[in-house]
Amino acid sequence: MSEMTRKKPWQTVAGLTVMAVAMFGFGYLLVPLYDKFCEITGIGGRTADTAYQVELNDEIDYGRTVRVQFLATVNSALPWRFEPTDRFMDVHPGKLYETTYIAYNRADQPVVAQAVPSVAPGRAALFFNKTECFCFTEQLLGAGESRDMPVRFVVDPNLPDRVDLVTLSYIIYKNDEATAVLAAVN
Amino acid sequence: MSQDTTAHHDDHHDAHHPTGLARWLFSTNHKEIGTMYLVFSLAMFLVGGAMALIIRAELFAPGLQLVNPEFFNQMTTMHALVMIFGAVMPAFVGLANWMVPLMIGAPDMALPRMNNWSFWILPFAFTLLLATLFMPSGGPSSGWTLYPPLSLQGGNSLAFVILAIHLMGISSIMGAINIIATILNMRAPGMTLLRMPLFVWTWLITAFLLIAVMPVLAGAVTMLLTDRFFGTSFFNAAGGGDPVLYQHIFWFFGHPEVYILILPAFGIVSEIIPTFSRKQLFGYTSMVYATASIAFLSFIVWAHHMFTVGMPLGAMLFFMYATMVIAVPTGVKIFNWVATMWRGSMTFETPMLFALGFVVLFTIGGLSGLMLAIVPANFQYHDTYFVVAHFHYVLVTGAVFAIMAAVYYWLPKWTGHMYNEKLGKIHFWWSTIWVNVLFFPQHYLGLAGMPRRIPDYAVQFAEFNMISTIGGFMYGFGQLLFVYIIWQCVRGGEKATAQVWEGARGLEWTVPSPAPLHTFDTPPLVDDSVAVHKDTLA
Repeated sequence: MSEMTRKKPWQTVAGLTVMAVAMFGFGYLLVPLYDKFCEITGIGGRTADTAYQVELNDEIDYGRTVRVQFLATVNSALPWRFEPTDRFMDVHPGKLYETTYIAYNRADQPVVAQAVPSVAPGRAALFFNKTECFCFTEQLLGAGESRDMPVRFVVDPNLPDRVDLVTLSYIIYKNDEATAVLAAVN
Repeated sequence: MSQDTTAHHDDHHDAHHPTGLARWLFSTNHKEIGTMYLVFSLAMFLVGGAMALIIRAELFAPGLQLVNPEFFNQMTTMHALVMIFGAVMPAFVGLANWMVPLMIGAPDMALPRMNNWSFWILPFAFTLLLATLFMPSGGPSSGWTLYPPLSLQGGNSLAFVILAIHLMGISSIMGAINIIATILNMRAPGMTLLRMPLFVWTWLITAFLLIAVMPVLAGAVTMLLTDRFFGTSFFNAAGGGDPVLYQHIFWFFGHPEVYILILPAFGIVSEIIPTFSRKQLFGYTSMVYATASIAFLSFIVWAHHMFTVGMPLGAMLFFMYATMVIAVPTGVKIFNWVATMWRGSMTFETPMLFALGFVVLFTIGGLSGLMLAIVPANFQYHDTYFVVAHFHYVLVTGAVFAIMAAVYYWLPKWTGHMYNEKLGKIHFWWSTIWVNVLFFPQHYLGLAGMPRRIPDYAVQFAEFNMISTIGGFMYGFGQLLFVYIIWQCVRGGEKATAQVWEGARGLEWTVPSPAPLHTFDTPPLVDDSVAVHKDTLA
């Protein structure tokens, strides 16, 4: 009996300390895990941030029509107007389409911005492929400049049958750092 | 190593005892540190309570009367932080400090000096936290959950809040390590794991929860700190981050945290009900397994706090069912407490009254928790006063009632005097009546759609808010009676016997009252005749 009592606690303490430190690391590990999880499952409406390569042998499914809606939101810190030219398009899966967003810089100096896309519903995000998008790179507009920014996309024919409406939304933010660098150069 | 530890023990046995402030500043004695924790917790309970009364006073009538909305938001945030990290958690750690060594026949905690450090961090942490109220940007006002982007849009005082949370976390983690090391290494001969009192068991499991999740909170608030002050983008969508990620990390900590706030309460009630029923605890082993199950489940239900952020159907179903499964081990516990009383020779001294109040009122809080787990209903209840009513039933009539039960139960052991039983009973009935007047109407407010964390509301909510505020002030000022009863008991009163309560069993009742500064220098021998609980099913 006595061997189990009043042991030296140092081994226990060392083990528990390691556990506490490991859990602090685990908190940080949750960040890449979350990103990976969203990327794989499309949860959160994430889409790829690089261009999709069109495969020419993609079947075009003329028997099916999916409505794609376009939204735009401008962060309050960005002095831009930013709107889609089309409110929606009815598209056939597998076919390549193009639409544009119009951006206008209301400020009297050049501003750099970055758009962040999101697709709803989340389960459609993996099947919405952009071959060209202004969201892949930073966008610079001079004072008072306006520009049409194109988006080219293909809806994957494997899009789940239940989905007949897909919403592509952009929130565009000011890139403070790049704007400041630009101002310094000028 | 072994010489080291021996020297360590001798050193505080033979040392002269400093007096005055030094006695408390440098104490390594588990009983003195336990007392400091409990006094600190009581002080924070009163500070947090005063904040609650400011909130309730503003909500007495619609419109803005007493405070501006910014200050109101600081009060709701601070009230939660102070009550959770300053009142309830230190109270449980204080009880563990006092009682765990006495209950397992150990002479002290395993790491007495670290114990001193764990406590003395707290006054500094709360000075930092409360000082933010006097800074130009004011205290934190985004709610205790500190969700970005809101929490990142306030002033620089956020840095102080985060540092305070880090300190509280370090204190809790050190306290938890100490408690586990004590329980695993310092038990008296014969005190096998399945002979340990349930308070010790629930604390062992709670301590593991603390070590597992407090570092995750530390990580989450560190990310907030770097996002706010060092240009990282963990939660900043413009930089590729995601504010929803914060909610996942926070609630990965937050849900186990709510069990940290309740599991020791389960342990306390499991000690008190057998004593005043004069029976063994029914289903001891099932209690241990139920506690462990609840602790395990707490890690896989976090997203039920954030159903409305938008998640896939499968995830909502998983988190809904997993949450509902928790009702099973909790039901086992409530069944066991009722079965313990069944045909018992019951008496109703104040600790028993508070324990019974706990069983009834905590169950109400548990049931409203089940309602909140239902996803479609949750969409309606989310961020309403229904949630406020729910968590105050489990935290006030749950955790706080259990802490008060524990104080009345062990106060004669600590002070050597019986408290004033008549005043104790008045305190119980006063608290129980008014706490229901305070929180029950909030269910109706929530169901009718009143949002939480607002200083003003539509006139349709006026009556129930008025009733709730009256209940709040009556309950709040009633707690001064609790302070008086403790003060009176410390000063004097009827001498307490070693056993104190006729039906009390366990090692803590074998030492004299008041418990001398050093107990169990030679380990007691424990067998079934002195073990607290035998499993009635075995």
